[in-house]
Amino acid sequence: MRPAQKPEARKASGILRCEEIVVDFDGFKALQGMNFTLRQGELRFLIGPNGAGKTTLLDVICGKVKPASGRVLFRGEIDLTKRREHQIARLGIGRKFQAPSIFPSLTVREHLEIAMRQDRGVFATLRAKMTPADEERIAEQLRMIGLEAKAGRKAGSLSHGEKQWLEIGMMLMQEPEVLLLDEPAAGMTDRETEKTGLLLREIARRRSVVVVEHDMEFVRNFASSVTVMHEGRLLAEGSVDEVQRDERVMEVYLGRRRDADAGRSTA
Amino acid sequence: MSVFSLAPRRVWLLAGYAAAASALLGAPLYLNDFRLNLLAKFLALAIVALGLDLLWGYTGVLSLGHGVFFGLGAYAMAMHLKLVASGGKLPDFMSWSGLTKLPWFWKPFGSPAFAMLAGLLLPMLLALLLGWFTFQSRIKGVYFTILTQALVIITTTLFVGQQAYTGGTNGITGYTTLFGLRLSDPRVKVWLYLVTAVALLAAFALCRYLAGSRFGRVLRAIRDGENRARFIGYDPSRYQVTAFCISAGLAGLAGMLFVLHVGIISPSMMGIVPSIEMVLWVAIGGRGTLVGAVLGAILMNGAKSLLSESYPELWTLLIGLLFVAVVIFMPRGLAGLVDLPAALRRRRERTDAGGGSGGVGGFGNAAGAEAGGAEGVRHSPV
Repeated sequence: MRPAQKPEARKASGILRCEEIVVDFDGFKALQGMNFTLRQGELRFLIGPNGAGKTTLLDVICGKVKPASGRVLFRGEIDLTKRREHQIARLGIGRKFQAPSIFPSLTVREHLEIAMRQDRGVFATLRAKMTPADEERIAEQLRMIGLEAKAGRKAGSLSHGEKQWLEIGMMLMQEPEVLLLDEPAAGMTDRETEKTGLLLREIARRRSVVVVEHDMEFVRNFASSVTVMHEGRLLAEGSVDEVQRDERVMEVYLGRRRDADAGRSTA
Repeated sequence: MSVFSLAPRRVWLLAGYAAAASALLGAPLYLNDFRLNLLAKFLALAIVALGLDLLWGYTGVLSLGHGVFFGLGAYAMAMHLKLVASGGKLPDFMSWSGLTKLPWFWKPFGSPAFAMLAGLLLPMLLALLLGWFTFQSRIKGVYFTILTQALVIITTTLFVGQQAYTGGTNGITGYTTLFGLRLSDPRVKVWLYLVTAVALLAAFALCRYLAGSRFGRVLRAIRDGENRARFIGYDPSRYQVTAFCISAGLAGLAGMLFVLHVGIISPSMMGIVPSIEMVLWVAIGGRGTLVGAVLGAILMNGAKSLLSESYPELWTLLIGLLFVAVVIFMPRGLAGLVDLPAALRRRRERTDAGGGSGGVGGFGNAAGAEAGGAEGVRHSPV
C-alpha cells in the first residue's frame, strides 16, 4: 500500500491532469477549482455525494462541457479544453455515459465495427473493407462481452445489461488510452456487478481508467485509489482505507452514513 | 445459420434487381411514345427520391429544399438548350426584357460539357455551403428543415424577379436540339429514355454501395445518436455535409434529365410544393430502403398523371389524404409491406422460443429485470 500523501505532494505528471477547473452553469458553480491527476495504467474511482461534480468532471475531460477556466492536459502537453468532442475521442479518450446509449437500428456487430480503432474520416469509411484481422478482433470482443449469439441482432432489442456490455465492448474496440466510465454497474445484479469489476481490473492493466461510482462496496472491492469530491472541489485522495480514515471525508460524506447506519455503505 | 439463410435471399434480391433493370431498359419495346416519355420523366424524378432517401432515410436529415437543387440542374441544362436553339442570337425572352447582350454568366453554357458539369456541381456547391455552415454550428432537425424552405423561397423569388436573366415566371423553354439531335424525334426520345434509365440504375447502385459501406453505417449511427457518434470520434457534420452534397448532386442530375423530357423548366417546378412532394414520394415508398424511394416516386407520379388527366382538382386532396394514411398506418411506407410476412414470422418464432434471450451466457443477461432496483440490491456485508 502506498504511504499516505497529500495530493499536492504527489508527482505532477500523469497521463491526464486537470488544473483548477471551474464550470459555471448559469451561476451555479458545478466545479470550483477542481484538481485531478491520473497516472498511466491507474484504475481510479471518483466518489462523492450527489452534486459533488463527478459527472461534470468527466464531461469536461471528454469535451461535452467547456470549463469557464482551467486546463485539462493530456499526456502533459495537449490541452483538451481547446478540442472538440470527436477530436478528444480520436486522441484516445473513451467515454461511457451512465444511461446506455447505443444506436438502436445498428446490429451489435455493426456497433463494434464502427467503434473499432480506425481512420474516422469520410473518405476512409467510404473505402473501408473488413479484413480477416478485423473480423477476428470483432469476434474476440463479442466473446468477451458475451454477445456472440446476438451479433446480428439490432441493438435496440437488447436488454439493459446487454446494452451496457455492448457499450463497454465499443469502448474497448476504440482502444483508448483513458477510459471514463460513469456508474458502469448501475442497474446490474450482484453477480453482474462482480463481473463488471473484474473486467474493469482487466481493462486497467493496459489502460488508465476513471470510474464514477456510488456503490462503496464496489469501490472497496475493486479500487486501487480513490478521489473524493465535495461541492466541486477535490476533498481527499488515496487508497480506500486512507480515504475512509480521512476526517474531512468522514465529516462530509462517509461519516454521516457510518453514524446513521453502521456498515451500510450504499452511498 | 446465416450463410444458408442469407444465400437464397441474396439470389432473390439479385434476381429482383435484374428483372427490374430489364423491365426498365425494355420499356421502349412495350410502351407507346407518350407513355415512354412520361415514364422517362418519372425515372428522372426517382433519382431525386434516391438522393433524398440517402439524406433523410439514412442520415436523418430532412430537406424540404431539394426543388432548388433539382431546379439548378434543370436550369443549367435549359440554358444550354436555349442557347443552341437561339443559334447565336440573343434568347427571345432576353430581348423582350430589353437586354442587348448575352450576360457573362450565360456564355460558358454554350458548351454542353460545361452545362452538364454545372448542372451537377452547382447544386453540390450550394449544398456544401449551406450544409457546412448549418451542420458545423449544429443547427439540425426542424431548424435545418426550415432553413431549406427559406432557401426555396429565396431562390424562386430570385428566379422570378430576374426575368431578363432567367425567363421569370415563364422559365426557359423552346428547345430544338442537343448534340445536333432533334429533341422532337421519336428515336431521340427513346435514346433519352434509355440514358435516363441507365442514370437511375447507376444512381441506385451508387446509393446501394454508400448505404452498405461503413460510411453508410456511420450515417445510420449519426441518425440514431449524433452525440454518441461524436464520442466515438466521428465528426457528424462532415458526414451530414457529404450526404447532403451527394443528395443535391443527384437532384441536379435529375433536373437535367427532366428538362430533356419535359422541354421546360420554370420557378414553379422548383418551389415549395414540388419540394414537399419529393419528400412525400420517399415517405410513401418507405424511407431508408432506396427501392421504396424509387417505387414511391414512380407510383405517385404515375397516379398523379392518371388522375390529373381526368380530375385535376382532386389530386392535391388525394395526395394529402394518402400522406396522412401512410404516416398513421404504414410508417415504413410501401417497402414496409414487403417485410411484413418476415416480421410476422419472426414474431411467431420469438413467442415459440419462449422469450428468447435465455442461455446466451456471459455478462449482460437479465440485467434489465434488475434495473431500477440497484439501491436496494446491494448492501455491505459488514
